[in-house]
Amino acid sequence: MSSPIFSREYLQRCSFIELNARERAKSLFDPGTGRELAEPFDRIESPWLAIQGVTPQADDGCIVMRGTIGGNKATVIAFNGPFQGGGIGEVSGAKLTAALDLACRDNEKGSQTSAVLLLETGGVRLQEANLGLAAVAEIISSIIALRRYAPVISVIAGPVGCFGGMSLAAGVSSYIVMTPEGRLGLNGPEVIEEESGVEEFDASDRSLIWSIFGGQQRYEQGLADVLVNDDTDRMVNTVRELIAKGVPAVHRSEQVDLYRSRIAALDPSTQWEPKQLHSWPSWSAGSLARPTSRSEGPATGNKEKEQ
Amino acid sequence: MEQFEFNYPAKHKVPKRAHVGVAGSGDLEVLLEPKDDNTASVRIRTSVDGFKNTWKAVLDRFFGQYDRAVHIEINDAGATPGAVFLRLQQAVEATEV
Repeated sequence: MSSPIFSREYLQRCSFIELNARERAKSLFDPGTGRELAEPFDRIESPWLAIQGVTPQADDGCIVMRGTIGGNKATVIAFNGPFQGGGIGEVSGAKLTAALDLACRDNEKGSQTSAVLLLETGGVRLQEANLGLAAVAEIISSIIALRRYAPVISVIAGPVGCFGGMSLAAGVSSYIVMTPEGRLGLNGPEVIEEESGVEEFDASDRSLIWSIFGGQQRYEQGLADVLVNDDTDRMVNTVRELIAKGVPAVHRSEQVDLYRSRIAALDPSTQWEPKQLHSWPSWSAGSLARPTSRSEGPATGNKEKEQ
Repeated sequence: MEQFEFNYPAKHKVPKRAHVGVAGSGDLEVLLEPKDDNTASVRIRTSVDGFKNTWKAVLDRFFGQYDRAVHIEINDAGATPGAVFLRLQQAVEATEV
């Protein structure tokens, strides 16, 4: 037990998770190119929080920046986890949708622009329930419109994670990048415990939570594309590489048959261990190597780009 | 949620504006902007009711040391007086960088 626990590399790295949302967004851009839109002094804040006794924030917890990443035009949208748990409200949702639509218009004009979503969010902000749900629907359709032209990359670094409606937004993005500290799931641990009881899911059991929602597990399951340690340089390089890689031939959310067959092969009468869900093709029925095309005639990213 | 305003005399200009902090639990967001006249004004929105005197004491002390013409907006989510003072100092530092 005398050997050092932390390596020099670990101690000298610049943590990505420890940056605040604005710093995270800025760190991804080529130096000096990141420019913020609808910034705090524009005071585009939620009109719904103050009347419910909740202090609003001047940027509504959503930071939008544009610039270049590895020489390619990109927009980065970051959610501020400490403000309302990164929850999506009417204004923050509209900022995200408008940023995606702006990138989409640039692509339509022939100027390729990718999007990076830094998701630290518990999903819809309960104080703005229906408006938040409507925002999630808009966000998803804007991601699907944009991903035909350029990659939409979701980064789930932590510590809040990505839950609720925004996990659906992550699910339709071109690539998902996670750290081992990040978490991705539809219902969060507290919600499951509240609904189904502590014997079903103990939301205080951190190792249980990360074994199911954690970045390592999501990567092993094939639900995240890249697992990267908490290091700003590595995160920047990962995002640059994915932007350079371009639109995937088939998006994860287009592989309906594959995921349906995985669910069909699950036997809910037995208790599954998280590790059994790694390498799903080996236990799922039928031939489940990741398909490169679909029988209904796939509209690949490249084909759509030509249209 | 409570909202109030304080005003102080001021002498000097500041070169630029600054934004620090976040309206998250136990923290606050500060927006600091230059003003053209010789006054300083502060508008506070806080999620914790009943601490107007404490806010006044913190700001009296702050503007006892700081004589710049600024408009400050604070969005507070239950920060302690010490945290408020540190955020104000951080905002001042950010105008000097």
